[in-house]
Amino acid sequence: MHAAVITFPGSNCDRDLAVAFEKAGARVSRVWHKDTELPQGVDVVGIPGGFSFGDYLRCGAIAANSPICRAVVAHAGRGGYVLGICNGFQVLTETRLLPGALMRNAGLKFICRSVALTVATTDSAFTEGYQAGQTLRVPVAHHDGNYTAGADLLAQLRGEDRIAFTYAEPVNGSAGDIAGVLSENRRVLGMMPHPERAAEDAHGSTDGRQIFAGLVGALTAA
Amino acid sequence: MKARVHVMLKNGVLDPQGEAVRHALATLGFDGVKGVRQGKVIELDLEETDAEAARAAVARMCETLLANTVIESYTVEIG
Repeated sequence: MHAAVITFPGSNCDRDLAVAFEKAGARVSRVWHKDTELPQGVDVVGIPGGFSFGDYLRCGAIAANSPICRAVVAHAGRGGYVLGICNGFQVLTETRLLPGALMRNAGLKFICRSVALTVATTDSAFTEGYQAGQTLRVPVAHHDGNYTAGADLLAQLRGEDRIAFTYAEPVNGSAGDIAGVLSENRRVLGMMPHPERAAEDAHGSTDGRQIFAGLVGALTAA
Repeated sequence: MKARVHVMLKNGVLDPQGEAVRHALATLGFDGVKGVRQGKVIELDLEETDAEAARAAVARMCETLLANTVIESYTVEIG
């Protein structure tokens, strides 16, 4: 299984994301934002957390229009897998690969702590190794994680079972306490919490590891 | 030719920053502020000299990058 991890100016979780994929057994290529193509044979693209382009204009907006993101949109269009974490989730909503938008936290504060997540669906390569309703401890670290979606979109996401994770308790004002959502074909996942920071014993939690292990397992078997 | 873009959150989208400003104004004794909405102004200096062509070009810029039309609306002033 071959994963590509993108680095934008201001990305700061790219190395951790690459390590999480490697420890799960993936071969990892590092990709620069000015690259116009993904490496041959990439199965999954990881879009890391951080502050791409200094969060100028809107979080993720400039990254979403960078050369490599055109290649990511094409990859997703071909049925490729994409995992966007934190700023990566913001990039995915800005590219419209995922619906909705991420706005300033309702309490206006940057939130940096471990939170309880509930696995809302196991119907995806990212979450199939968890139990439905299982509680995970995973850190969040964001200022703009307030998932915003109208009533119609919320109903659609629920109806199509596309909410991957919810916060067990309100964290940032997100509609429906949504922490992560899936694309229509269930191959693009965006989430605000950082599973790559809950992937080794030294992290204090390994609850995020299964996302990477699940992906590697599903894509290697395929 | 100059263009000025106003980007605002759409009606119905909660604006936590505007709400914080409203609270701060009330704390400072400015009574009677029923609501605050915060947006941004983007000024562009264009080579284009035709107003309608400039307006169309700026609208494309707004749709592509300057505004996130999922949550924001925009208006364009030319000249």
